[in-house]
Amino acid sequence: MTSTAVRSNRITTTTPQAQAETSSSGKPNPIAHLSPEEIEAIGRELDTLRDEVLASRGAKDAEYIRGMIRTQRILEAASRIVLLFSKFPPAFLVGTTGLTLAKILENTEIGHNILHGQWDWMRDEKIHSSTWEWDFASPAEQWKRSHNVEHHTYTNVIGMDNDLGYNIMRVDPEQEWELKHLFQPVTNFFTALFFEYGIAAYDMQLKEWKDGKRPHDEFMADLKNMLTKLSKQVTKDYVVHPLLSGTSALTTLAANAIANTLRNVWTHSVILCGHLPEGVETFETESIEGETRGEWYLRQMLGSANITGSKLMHVLTGNLSHQVEHHLFPDLPSNRYAQIAPRIREIMERHGLRYVTGPLHQQVGSAWKKVFRYSLPNKREGVNRWREVAAAAREAIGDVVENTRGIWRPQRRAVAMA
Amino acid sequence: MTVSGVTAQPQARPVAKRALLGVGKGIRKVAEALATPLLPEDFLDLINPLGSGADLRGRVVAVQPEGPGATTVTIRPSRGWVPHTPGQYTRIGIDVDGVRLWRAYSITSPVGGSTFTITVRRIPDGKVSNHVARALRPGSVIHLDRATGDFVLPYPPPAKVLFLTAGSGITPVMGMLRNRPLPADVVVVHSAPTAQESLFLAELRTLDAAGRIRLVTRFTADDGILTPDQLDGVVPDWREREAWACGPAAMLDDAESHWEAAGLRERLHTERFRAAVVAVGDGGAITFDQSERTVEADAATTILDAGEDAGILMPAGCRMGICFNCVLPLTEGSVRDLRTGELTTADPQDPVRIQTCVSAAAGACRITI
Repeated sequence: MTSTAVRSNRITTTTPQAQAETSSSGKPNPIAHLSPEEIEAIGRELDTLRDEVLASRGAKDAEYIRGMIRTQRILEAASRIVLLFSKFPPAFLVGTTGLTLAKILENTEIGHNILHGQWDWMRDEKIHSSTWEWDFASPAEQWKRSHNVEHHTYTNVIGMDNDLGYNIMRVDPEQEWELKHLFQPVTNFFTALFFEYGIAAYDMQLKEWKDGKRPHDEFMADLKNMLTKLSKQVTKDYVVHPLLSGTSALTTLAANAIANTLRNVWTHSVILCGHLPEGVETFETESIEGETRGEWYLRQMLGSANITGSKLMHVLTGNLSHQVEHHLFPDLPSNRYAQIAPRIREIMERHGLRYVTGPLHQQVGSAWKKVFRYSLPNKREGVNRWREVAAAAREAIGDVVENTRGIWRPQRRAVAMA
Repeated sequence: MTVSGVTAQPQARPVAKRALLGVGKGIRKVAEALATPLLPEDFLDLINPLGSGADLRGRVVAVQPEGPGATTVTIRPSRGWVPHTPGQYTRIGIDVDGVRLWRAYSITSPVGGSTFTITVRRIPDGKVSNHVARALRPGSVIHLDRATGDFVLPYPPPAKVLFLTAGSGITPVMGMLRNRPLPADVVVVHSAPTAQESLFLAELRTLDAAGRIRLVTRFTADDGILTPDQLDGVVPDWREREAWACGPAAMLDDAESHWEAAGLRERLHTERFRAAVVAVGDGGAITFDQSERTVEADAATTILDAGEDAGILMPAGCRMGICFNCVLPLTEGSVRDLRTGELTTADPQDPVRIQTCVSAAAGACRITI
């Protein structure tokens, strides 16, 4: 949960690949120009910066998060009250907009960041990573496990980071192409619409369970928790609030569905922007073996991308628009990321490292471009990509035919066996 | 939407009342379904943080200096507050530099009325006491716990009483002296460094002049500490009195052995503000396993303090080894009880529940929270 849990304390590097000009697959190494001493110095400088912020946390920061929570709750309650009269178009419009904004704030600037332990230092039992529950299908406990531990530890390591992108999609030439990737622009679109359910399913670690890597009892307990949470969430937005609206029931239902969907699309977009835009580095499993603290910091910086924009935009992304700063220091209060951003950028530029950032539309576009580009196999000399796709499709169809042969004649087989 | 009137009572009720209770419970269920994953209280808090159903809180009504080095705070508690018994203390949670800190203070006001007071002595480097003296303003909302403590007069009070106090140890006694009926014959023996620094001196002298109490003061800067063998000189009949003592640990230790030696141990009631520390741990790495945090703690740092400093929501109460609210399982390693020096060792097959507020690490250890 804390960054100490994921940071190695070894300072000097002995990993030879950190110094190699190219990786084993021939990709240029973005930190090849740095000596172990320089990497170590960057680590120290970032540690100092972190300590500086930790030491200056105080009443103003506490006021910030309490004010944010208060604003969000007032906005949500007011919007819900307005939606009681949602059959009148102006009320529908105002209520839906307000509820969408409230749901976005609740998930991003408030929920995500509290669950990272950014506010644990206040020792307020109501605003604490161990007690907070959010307005999202996935229970906080399960999300914390898959997000904080796995994604923040193995950021952008192909095959280990199961975050959106690397799990169900192919977004890097190093990932092997499969026929299913052909449909990823469509699946990604639907993932955006139903994002919270996708995350809930992902947090269940279905694959690990299927492969027998997760104890069955544990999985079933998680499943029960998730379904309980899910049913409460669905009952609230799609049953109780609409029923309470009386003759406005249907419009309230629609408003809630729109608010949830817009929130889903928004958070999905913000997360796409975090690690997928052009210029963000990916890493190979062997490159993180025996990784030092300095190298860990470098991977976080190079594996993340920021979004530029107004203050409101930063708040609505939960300050994940400062993804680089967040990945370096996941447990620093989010209101401080903007403050340290210029210094992080300076450190990176001083050491010839690329600080990836851009406006929202550009970053979202860049991420989607990857989704489309890597839905097809890599371009190779002398190979027609479409032929490759057609071959894979034929093979898949052949498999289906093979596997379903005889499926319509079970009776005769049963007789024969008898 | 307010449904806190619904509290379970064991006795049978008329049908109408039961029906009303049923409706109340139904409304509560609906309100919960509307608010999930929050609670209805979280929204009611927006309107009135001191309303019913909310956590126990209080609004600071007045902050007044109580002589040099102490501050009296008048607090209006929220609806859930249960009136205290004179002599009891309560825990106050105050946000200092954004961090919520809890401390126990004796209640100094008479019982009754809509407010109560605590008197906070300023401790050098004390985070809470200095904040109270310098920064706490009327209107702020603080967090409260229920009034608690056994340092109280029985009812009816015994006829002859001795209060033996030193420094801020006078605060729970003041809480008793401000209530009626007082025992018929009260002697207060109070020590303070100087008359100027003595809390409530004017009020004690007024009581003395009115004949309600007999006051014996000892200003230790000039006259030295009042040792137990001098007690015969100032209160010759102390053996016949039911005694309540409150003050520094050394004074209470002395008093306890003195009463013990006289075979009167059961007549002496003491209240400590801090656990009497006789041992030190050895220090070590404390792992809070569910919170996934490991901290290095030194020999004098309790597991409770170490956990709180790491940002973990540690259960806590009196912070001196009495209330057992802070108890957590030790699943590996050893801890030392700072009051007795006793070493407790556990392994995962044989976990031991320990009081974190009076235990320090004795080598690496693992706590479940």
